[in-house]
Amino acid sequence: MTHPRITPTDDELAAELGELRADAPSSLLPRTLVTVGLADAYTLMPSPIGPLYVAFNGLGVVAVETAPDGRAFERSHVARFGRPAYAVAALPATLERAIARRLDGDRRVSIELDLRGRTRFERDVWTKALEIPRGEVRPYGWIAAEIGRPKAVRAVGTALGHNPVPLIVPCHRVVRSDGMIGQYSLGGPANKRTMLEAEGLDPDELETLARAGIRYIGSDTTRIYCLPSCHAARRIGATHRVPFHSAADGERAGYRACQRCRPAGVRAAA
Amino acid sequence: MDEATLLAALSDDLDLAFEGLVRARQDRLYSTALRILGDPTEAEDAAQDAFIRAYRALGGWDAERIAALRLDAWLATIVVNAARTRARRRATTGGRASLTFLDELDHPSGTSAETPHGRLDRRQAVEAWANRLLALPERYRAPIVLRHVDGLGYDEIAVALERPEGTVKAQVHRGLALLRAALDAESRTDPALPGRQSAAPLQELLR
Repeated sequence: MTHPRITPTDDELAAELGELRADAPSSLLPRTLVTVGLADAYTLMPSPIGPLYVAFNGLGVVAVETAPDGRAFERSHVARFGRPAYAVAALPATLERAIARRLDGDRRVSIELDLRGRTRFERDVWTKALEIPRGEVRPYGWIAAEIGRPKAVRAVGTALGHNPVPLIVPCHRVVRSDGMIGQYSLGGPANKRTMLEAEGLDPDELETLARAGIRYIGSDTTRIYCLPSCHAARRIGATHRVPFHSAADGERAGYRACQRCRPAGVRAAA
Repeated sequence: MDEATLLAALSDDLDLAFEGLVRARQDRLYSTALRILGDPTEAEDAAQDAFIRAYRALGGWDAERIAALRLDAWLATIVVNAARTRARRRATTGGRASLTFLDELDHPSGTSAETPHGRLDRRQAVEAWANRLLALPERYRAPIVLRHVDGLGYDEIAVALERPEGTVKAQVHRGLALLRAALDAESRTDPALPGRQSAAPLQELLR
């Protein structure tokens, strides 16, 4: 049996090879833009205040936000950041684990954030908020004092209100300087209370103290005074708790400031 | 979109123009990577790597340097290198996890599902040519892919592969000869090979 010998010309071969051009998969463009930070990916993550939209790109987490649905989130995201947001099935596994650990109170876990275009002051405020332990709160004035801008209490409040990554940067742990729980950018003050409750704090108890004008709690055994939610203050037995209306009252009574919650700075800001 | 238009836009505002570059060149970079690597997932990764490297490089250059670029030859260099890196990595480790975009699930990019059976033969022919190409030694495959799949000129391929133009021409020529030999060998061992039968120009030759 013989077979016809076929010897295609160079042009014929070129035509065949030209057919090997293929369309790029539809995911190539969004993947590429997300990696370099010219677009963001987003998905839902669970939280104590219900599912939240998380947007991120190759540079870090961009936003944590509530929205009625994905389309609404995409619209508000592009208006806010000037970049499209593409829905993805899930967070990258390492990021998901890191966020879970951070929400669990592990402050050592590092989470990259995309904070392009943010001011140095805003970054300082947010970085400082990261130091507040889970289950504790600090007043705005505390942040202002700690970052060396004791008079910028109001600006600290504004910066926290602009925190693009609530929960991950725990601005819910920052309360009014009079001790009241105060506003929350992520869906309102009820969410702030829920977050604090989920972390083991009793917001009503904190506000009861605040209304009574009690800003600090001292221990008559250690002669140390703390912010009321400080882990150390909450371990003081009921019979040894000494309330103070101001840091100056505590100092006058011969108490020194706790080195853990550093309440003295707040006085400087007051 | 031609090189000059893309380069003008890129040198003017990289962040604004980059999406346009990806849209204009994604099929070409992906095709090059696909025909060098053979695997669609690896090819997408390599094309993505290439665009990211391009973005980072362009970000460090001033407008003059960008304007003086031979864009397509440069992109070809990057994607061929990215494909080679992927191929080496594939040899040592596995793939990597990547984001699953939901639109991708809605509209799968794979082309097999929506193809009417009338085009099945054509698809098999393309597959057969892709496999012949993959069987070529890499030194011939890359120049052939750049010349006949991507459509670059010999001067651009010489730049892209950092080989003298004469060498590139010889390698393309030699590669085509090897493809012819492969086709010939197939016709002797399996005359009913579907890929060959359905290749339109060859069908005409058989009549």
